[in-house]
Amino acid sequence: MSTPAVKEHPVTRWIGQSIKRVEDPRLLRGRGKYVDDIVVPNMAHAAVLRSPHAHARIAKIDTSQARALPGVLLVLTGAEASEVTGPLPCFANPPVMQYCIAADRVRHVGETVAAVVAESRYIAEDAIDRIVVEYDPLPVVVNPEDALTSSGDAVLHPERGANNIALQRTLTFGSYDADMARADVIVRRKVRWPRSGAQPMETVGAIASYDEGTGKFTIHANTSMYNYVGWLIAASLKVPAHKLNIIPTLAGGSFGSKIFTHKVSVLAATLARACGRPVKYLEDRLDNMMSCDNHGSDRIYELELGVKRDGTMLAFGMKVLDDYGAYLQFGVGHHGNAAAQLTGPYRIKSARVDLTAVFTNKCQQGAYRGFGSEVNNFALERIVDAAAQELGLDPAEIRRRNLIQPEQFPYKIPTGNVYDSGNYEAVLDKALEMADYDGWRRRQAEARQQGRYIGIGLASCQERSVFSSTEFWFWNHEPGFALTSSPESVNIKIDPTGKVFVTLYAPFWGNSPETMATQMVAEQLTVDPADIEITYSDTDQGLMGTGPGGSRYTVMIAGAIGGAAADIKRKLLKIAGHCLEASEQDLELRDGRVSVRGTDRGMTIPEIALQAYYFRLSLPADCNSGLDARFTYDHPYTTQPSADRTDLGVFYPIMGHMCHIPIVEVDIETGRLTFLKYVAVHDCGTVVNPMTLAGHVRGGTVQGIGSTMYEHFYYDEQGQLITANFADYLIPTLKEAPPNIEVGHVVTPSPFTEYGIKGGGEGGRMGAPPALASAVEDALKPLGVRIDSLPITPAKIRDLIRAAQGQQARPRPGR
Amino acid sequence: MEQVSVTVTVNGTRHERSVEPRRLLCDFIRHDLGLTGTHVGCEHGVCGMCTVLLDGQTARSCLTFAVQADGAQITTVEALGTPAKLHPLQQAFWEKHGLQCGYCTPAMLLTAVELLSNNPSPTRGEISDAMSAILCRCTGYQTIVDAVESAAFAMKGDGR
Repeated sequence: MSTPAVKEHPVTRWIGQSIKRVEDPRLLRGRGKYVDDIVVPNMAHAAVLRSPHAHARIAKIDTSQARALPGVLLVLTGAEASEVTGPLPCFANPPVMQYCIAADRVRHVGETVAAVVAESRYIAEDAIDRIVVEYDPLPVVVNPEDALTSSGDAVLHPERGANNIALQRTLTFGSYDADMARADVIVRRKVRWPRSGAQPMETVGAIASYDEGTGKFTIHANTSMYNYVGWLIAASLKVPAHKLNIIPTLAGGSFGSKIFTHKVSVLAATLARACGRPVKYLEDRLDNMMSCDNHGSDRIYELELGVKRDGTMLAFGMKVLDDYGAYLQFGVGHHGNAAAQLTGPYRIKSARVDLTAVFTNKCQQGAYRGFGSEVNNFALERIVDAAAQELGLDPAEIRRRNLIQPEQFPYKIPTGNVYDSGNYEAVLDKALEMADYDGWRRRQAEARQQGRYIGIGLASCQERSVFSSTEFWFWNHEPGFALTSSPESVNIKIDPTGKVFVTLYAPFWGNSPETMATQMVAEQLTVDPADIEITYSDTDQGLMGTGPGGSRYTVMIAGAIGGAAADIKRKLLKIAGHCLEASEQDLELRDGRVSVRGTDRGMTIPEIALQAYYFRLSLPADCNSGLDARFTYDHPYTTQPSADRTDLGVFYPIMGHMCHIPIVEVDIETGRLTFLKYVAVHDCGTVVNPMTLAGHVRGGTVQGIGSTMYEHFYYDEQGQLITANFADYLIPTLKEAPPNIEVGHVVTPSPFTEYGIKGGGEGGRMGAPPALASAVEDALKPLGVRIDSLPITPAKIRDLIRAAQGQQARPRPGR
Repeated sequence: MEQVSVTVTVNGTRHERSVEPRRLLCDFIRHDLGLTGTHVGCEHGVCGMCTVLLDGQTARSCLTFAVQADGAQITTVEALGTPAKLHPLQQAFWEKHGLQCGYCTPAMLLTAVELLSNNPSPTRGEISDAMSAILCRCTGYQTIVDAVESAAFAMKGDGR
């Protein structure tokens, strides 16, 4: 695919308005239908037994006491389940075998060992306690560096090879060695990004029924991608795809972590078929934290940045070790994702990534807001800060000297991905102005005189949006299932009364798909938003819908709606022209009415719709009855990677940008951090709804603060997850959030998307961590503290201060 | 397991039921009474999703047994506002974008009801103190404080 044509972007009426959300009235009144609110007649309830061991063979399971408990309908072990249900979907190549109930071996604490179905969840949990399991413990691998040399029984997946290396590959983009040789200085830094996760307030659940008469499953679930790859769930259940219907429910937050959630659906369906009753399985919080399959990235970087004395960045390289946990459902797609914006907003000429992904005895990685790119942002911005320090440049100045310039777009970065458009210096300038950067530098100097530690952080980084699917496989030595489509569909129907019905093929995740679609349909068809109704399709009625993720949905649904609305507009004009005896060229659609330009003659949409449905003989001869259209919009710009992977192709071209400037004060006695100011300026192209976009930016920023300061899935040396509850895994409360995140926008429309929209769902979490780490390091600069490793809890900050002052860190168990 | 009798008044309606002594109040409200606006997030009393008003005071219904509520007046989100006339807090959360996924919203609203009934003119600091009892993973909280502040203003004008 060559560079797509540049789109013209018309003046808009509804796009750009902060209309109140369409989703909210039912949510505000407690009438949202989340998965646990769904009741299916005769439904039974499941609970699961979780492995207490990080790595063990299951020697024996005695379920007799559990089966004997009144109210218990079914107890199912992994060995029994694997007789009827196959392995779970896996996008890695070669695949990694994982089952909805561990078949013969557990590979992380919390993995499902058996499941119980009972008349109530209470009885199911009682029965769980009556299952007796004998385990033969195996060597536990926790430290990813240890995983590099694992052998024998410590190897998690021996069928993939005699070690725990999931994938090792080095890719070089451009004249890396030559550029490094030209550098005046090579800045090096080791950086640690720890494991955290999305932890939405609602866990993952499914209610599955199996109809023995038709042989068909029905699953209600708070999942996504069901209209993209939902048939893989049917494959796991060993039924043809038309014997499974997936009905989406609202999700109480996802942030990526509900992207496919196939394990919960496959488990509920397996249990339903085995016990002959509909079964609800909903993770409790412990289940979700230990076994959600969606922990975030867990990486150790050795970074190098080649720079000239004046700050010009030449080459960026890394050795990265990523702890993937026990399975590999999405392959190393996270590193595909990071390659979309590997070199950030800078004119870096070449790059090298030496990637080693390992298996350890932990919950596997999945998706969390950024999908690995947020980690790359952190790594790159840390080493840019280090370069500024080594060269004696202001952090804003070194960035300014390297930013890609507006006239250089579309800009191809060393990895081969193309950035569509941008004005990065305008974003930087706006952020510096909003933050009063120079003023705070003065106040910082004054505060230091008074013994106060104020820090000013700055990060200028990318938010790639609108993924295409090549990122999931181009790292593989053998691509495997090398898909290249990731479309989004819509169906629009105007009924005989003129009301507009819009069907989406992706779920509500806590984003605003109904509001977005309403604004776009109102724009296209010039109808009142109150006349538009949005519904979510199941898979039986489904058209291709990749769903939210990678900040793609708003852009993609805009394209789909544009296509379907164009068909409907053509038919509206055709019928109106026929009825009004006017030429279509003389007609215009405005304010819900087709009229003959320059006259008062016209027909409203309801009047045309009535003709379209019930008066066939009044229609033009080549018009059928009805008024509806469906459209499947493909990714606007995807190309194939080169065979040798020196060029990964175009796969994430709709490029957002941001500059975050937090200003913090650190109490060096307690390690406590106080936000004095927080500025976040984003460029997400044309903004559909400034209010909801600011909501994403603020919410994402606070999640990023959590990742930076507090959140950590901490496994001890036995592989026990020490932080498996909300008292130990610390999500920011209102008290940890900045009181005012000041959001600014610079608008550089995308030349390739409808209206010029770019994605904006993840940016907050992709900008906050490097900005905040930079602020804390800046605050503690007089003490010589460096921030290389997260999370920087108050206790950790105290330890760093003590270490910098040559004191012993206080012994602390675990962390 | 033995069952015991529980009588509670929820949103003005009296319910008399037999329950196991161990039945959690959140399950009783959600699954026995069918009022699914009260959500469950962590089941260990930290996140606050399951907050209801128990005799006018916020309580975590995942840490409360149904039998403990015997004789009590319970208010859940379903009692606030109607489609035609939202409660001023609901209206303010809508206008200020105080929600995204909506999962914490019932708990946030009830916590704010309690705050404003005790303190009709809270400062932003007092709002933060009260609302910090509930986790929200979507909003970053700022617009929730905005919404409560705005509702307090509206409710004074409303004579509530």
